[in-house]
Amino acid sequence: MKFEGRAHKFGDDINTDYIIAGKYKFKTLDMRELAQHVMEDLDPEFYRKISPGDFIVAGRNFGCGSSREQAPLVIKYAGIAAVLAKSFARIFYRNAINTGLPVIECDTDGIETGDELIVDLAAGEIRNLTRDAIIRVKPLPGVMLKILKDGGLAAHIKKYGRFNFGEGDD
Amino acid sequence: MGKTIIEKILSGKSGRDVYAGDIVVADVDLIMGQDGTSPLAIKAFEAMGGERLFDPNAVYLVIDHSAPSPTESISNLHQLMRSFARKTGCHLHDIGSGVCHQVMIESGRVVPGTVVIGADSHTCTYGALNAFATGVGSTDLAAALITGKMWFKVPPTIKFVCHGRLPAGVFAKDLILHLIGQVTADGATYMAAEYVGEAIGALSMEGRFTIANMAVEMGAKAGLMEADGKTFDWLADLGVRGVEPVSADPDAAYAKVLEFDVSDLEPQVACPHRVDNTVNVGKVAGTPVDQGFIGTCTNGRLEDLRVAAQILAGRKVKPGVRLIVAPASCKVYLAALREGVLAALVEAGAAVVTPGCGPCVGTHNGVPADGEKVISTANRNFKGRMGNNKAEIYLASPATVAASVVTGEITDPREFLK
Repeated sequence: MKFEGRAHKFGDDINTDYIIAGKYKFKTLDMRELAQHVMEDLDPEFYRKISPGDFIVAGRNFGCGSSREQAPLVIKYAGIAAVLAKSFARIFYRNAINTGLPVIECDTDGIETGDELIVDLAAGEIRNLTRDAIIRVKPLPGVMLKILKDGGLAAHIKKYGRFNFGEGDD
Repeated sequence: MGKTIIEKILSGKSGRDVYAGDIVVADVDLIMGQDGTSPLAIKAFEAMGGERLFDPNAVYLVIDHSAPSPTESISNLHQLMRSFARKTGCHLHDIGSGVCHQVMIESGRVVPGTVVIGADSHTCTYGALNAFATGVGSTDLAAALITGKMWFKVPPTIKFVCHGRLPAGVFAKDLILHLIGQVTADGATYMAAEYVGEAIGALSMEGRFTIANMAVEMGAKAGLMEADGKTFDWLADLGVRGVEPVSADPDAAYAKVLEFDVSDLEPQVACPHRVDNTVNVGKVAGTPVDQGFIGTCTNGRLEDLRVAAQILAGRKVKPGVRLIVAPASCKVYLAALREGVLAALVEAGAAVVTPGCGPCVGTHNGVPADGEKVISTANRNFKGRMGNNKAEIYLASPATVAASVVTGEITDPREFLK
């Protein structure tokens, strides 16, 4: 998987309430409607700043807080291609893979808002075209790669009727 | 090689000898979803081609986050849950039952060694019953509804050894806020926490639930405790006897062992907008407050309402300040009603709302106004958490909240408990 887009930079500990506030997320299953409120409490204009294929770039512990799967879903429906962060909170990380939003652990210090990035998951690297730099990516665990390859967990279970990570993998 | 509590539980439930770092597919004993997460799980269940539950008796749906429903769109989501429960035969706890986690720990189904997944991050609460319980998203939940299994990476464990006894006027909430302040919001990410020591042993089960509940606020996958006489008494009251505790081996390997002496701990307050932004109450005493909230899966139990009533009995909530109380469950509500605790709170000026999440998640029941300050017994004070990003939330124990609504400013509760 290879993506090209611009970076939108956020700080550490971006929690799922900031990604999509509780006052919206309980109301509807319409992710297109919810996506308009992505990151609203941090930046009310954020949704309008996104071009399809852009990246959210953050510091440590991205996605901490509630287990709401609406969080990765609204990011995906807002047109974000992937989230890059120094580390992720565990429930968000699982939810993102399960719903097919690529989440990439890497050093994000050298990336600023507006930087042009090429994210190449197969090569395991990010090229920052604006700053002419290459950032190494921490590979996904095998189980998660398998789920992503199958098109998310719903497709995986539909295909096998059970968890199937193959021999030596589980 | 010795095992931690979680290594033992996951070894048992996966049929293999596993340690931190291993990936397992484990049997799940109980599955829980609430009204903010179940509708998406039902959609995912359908997308997976799900037709029946692996075991309807193992599945609990609880309507607590917006209960009773404040809008027609939420009413329709509740209807989806009710109809799914009718169709599949799973348990449904409708409005008024209480916060999902309180419903689960009162069910008698969560016992030492149980594996529970819940589509709510505070599922870790049940670790106080010596069980492995963790929060997952809706798609993971749906996969377990069909298969009865879930995959996990066996987490390494941080052991929190809490020496000494909490002083008078200092509670379980103060202890866990202090621990989170020390290790920070991602200090235990991907790990399990084991809480041990004299201070934990001295806590009631209710206090232990408060501690386990907030494990996720340090990023942890689970917050576990050993079972003791108090655990067995809690279960015996629910009609459960003869359970086998799961203990850590003396030679188990820990990622970290952190030691604390709680003997001199002061009441704690987590200041806006971070749970790990904790200070001694004295540092923020005098900060004016507009609203107090006592309730939630963290601090809405009988012991919490009792200490609030002890402070508020014969006193009044200061004019111009509001106090909202949400008992954690129907059972807590009835007990508080019968022993006069609710009468004392209402006489003091509290507004009692339906057992459930109340205003904690900002859906209804007490959204603060612009510029207002709230002092709450909940577990999160993120900007916008209670439904208004122009309000500020301080987290504290029920005693500190009760004392603060009497004076109208953040107040050390020990002045009222002499």
